[in-house]
Amino acid sequence: MTGQQTLQPAPGVDPALHRARIEEAERRMRRGGWRRHLPQRGHLLLLPLSIIMVLPFVWMLLTSFMTDTEINRLPPTLWPHHLYTAGYSTVLASSDFPYWFLNSLIVSGAAVIAQLVLCSLAGYAFARIQFRGSTVMLILLLATALIPIQLTVIPTFEIFHLLGLINTLGALILPQLTSALGIYLMYSFFQSFPRELEEAGRIDGCSRFQVFWKIVLPLAKPALAALGIITFIYAWNDLFWPLIAITSSRTFTVQVGLTTFQGEHVTHWSQIMAGTVLTTVPVLLVFLIGQRRFVQAITGAVKG
Amino acid sequence: MATTLDEATIARDANRRIRRSDNITGWAFAGPSVIIVLGLSFIPMIWAAYLSLTDSNLVSRGHFIGFANYAALAKDPLLRQAFTNTLLLALMYLPVGLAAGLGVAILLNQKIRLIGFYRTCFLVPFVASAAAEGLLFAFIFDSDFGIVNAGLQAVGLPRQGFLQNPSQALAVLAVVYFWTQFGFNIVIYLAALQDIPQEVAEAAAIDGAGKWAKFWHVTLPTVRPVTIFLLVWGLIDVFQFFDLVYTTTKGGPLNSTLTLVYYIWQLAFNYFTAGYGAAVAYVLFFTSLIAIVAALAYGRRRRITL
Repeated sequence: MTGQQTLQPAPGVDPALHRARIEEAERRMRRGGWRRHLPQRGHLLLLPLSIIMVLPFVWMLLTSFMTDTEINRLPPTLWPHHLYTAGYSTVLASSDFPYWFLNSLIVSGAAVIAQLVLCSLAGYAFARIQFRGSTVMLILLLATALIPIQLTVIPTFEIFHLLGLINTLGALILPQLTSALGIYLMYSFFQSFPRELEEAGRIDGCSRFQVFWKIVLPLAKPALAALGIITFIYAWNDLFWPLIAITSSRTFTVQVGLTTFQGEHVTHWSQIMAGTVLTTVPVLLVFLIGQRRFVQAITGAVKG
Repeated sequence: MATTLDEATIARDANRRIRRSDNITGWAFAGPSVIIVLGLSFIPMIWAAYLSLTDSNLVSRGHFIGFANYAALAKDPLLRQAFTNTLLLALMYLPVGLAAGLGVAILLNQKIRLIGFYRTCFLVPFVASAAAEGLLFAFIFDSDFGIVNAGLQAVGLPRQGFLQNPSQALAVLAVVYFWTQFGFNIVIYLAALQDIPQEVAEAAAIDGAGKWAKFWHVTLPTVRPVTIFLLVWGLIDVFQFFDLVYTTTKGGPLNSTLTLVYYIWQLAFNYFTAGYGAAVAYVLFFTSLIAIVAALAYGRRRRITL
């Protein structure tokens, strides 16, 4: 590299001055120089783009507080004249929305708890315990990621029908109890986990489970948080399977319920928008609280 | 005399005992997950293979009809339409989605301020449910009351049919889909860019690499594995395209947004031709598998030739 040579002072230059120049240049590089105080050019593109990304949600929120007459006016109203909440009260009082919301909470909550337990147990076993068939099982588990849901959905419906699970929340919870992705997430976390602590625990006479429960799990909180957030978002947002497995309104989840607001002839947009706001808020809250972990999890799963 | 001799046996015994207890605990830990995941994927997969050879109507078992379903699907114009639509969707979304994601990730990687704010904004559409977003965009692109048509009219442009127009609906869905996936592509690319060692970028600068040279010779090769990943992920996701169609166009107008999964869903759960639906699902499965393997093979070859 040429870097080394340029550090030599040119003939006739005072070495002290030369050193001072280098130091100044390094200091400027570190600070980014005067440019630091100018607005960065990237913002010219990023700011409008990010606004475009969230604008549809702003519009959703605004229209949820409008009346249908305001919405159907030409040209459309951009700002509600006052906070008109009939959309919300209709959704909450005259539809089964409260049931849907509760069902979604039950299914997503059960999915989160079950996956925290089952995925961390399985991930730990694959990362740490050498048991017969572990490699084959891990490969088979990861291979299931390539099996699309549309291939399994028809027979799964028939199997669940035979088991009497169709039209119950159990049909929604059972497939969410554990997941290949969750197992893989915990597996890669435990692989990079220092062994020494566990060995200390083993020497002190703890069983595998005690080591896992008392030593490993408390230190796995970041990974567990990431898994919990991803599981909640996925379970809450699922539409395809609940749409198939549930047929009676009171057992719907929010996503399925929402789609029933679309009328065949007349569509009450203020109600739909109020419904979408109520459906989106929980998942956005979870995302905003756990954003750092969420990003770590999705980027970590890629880098593996 | 046997006491010393048996030390080896004792050690071997202990080893065997540890291995046996490891087998038991390993399976106790991993068993429930393995049974559920494999049970809910491989059993249905085999069942689907059998179903595809019957005329099952979802609730009754049906009769064995050999490969009649597969023979029928070769001549099914709707299946061809669904396949074309899905492919078009991938072609419209994937190149732009990946290029734009990389572009914004490069901007965000320049030690830019407000990076947290931007990341949040870009990720929100990825996190919210596709069902809610489909309804939202059905409203935004509504041909009568939608804000987009109102905007077009305000600046003197003709109103468009959008989701009601057979030649526009799929493109509108591609735009909405791009919007939902944009943040994911950005975040994945950003993570890959942050892995480029500072020294490599500095070395390139010292060697006199301009911005474009740096992009071609440093940035692109580094993000190639991630590009392959996003390509495969995008293919898998596009081949499962359902929620946005269900909440906006229901496959219409004139089947212009009929995607493969939507068609399978209709076959099995609307028309109750589950056997035929399973056959279509199997064809789709092998097609997507070939596409994914091709993408992976391409990625591997490029990395070797580099």
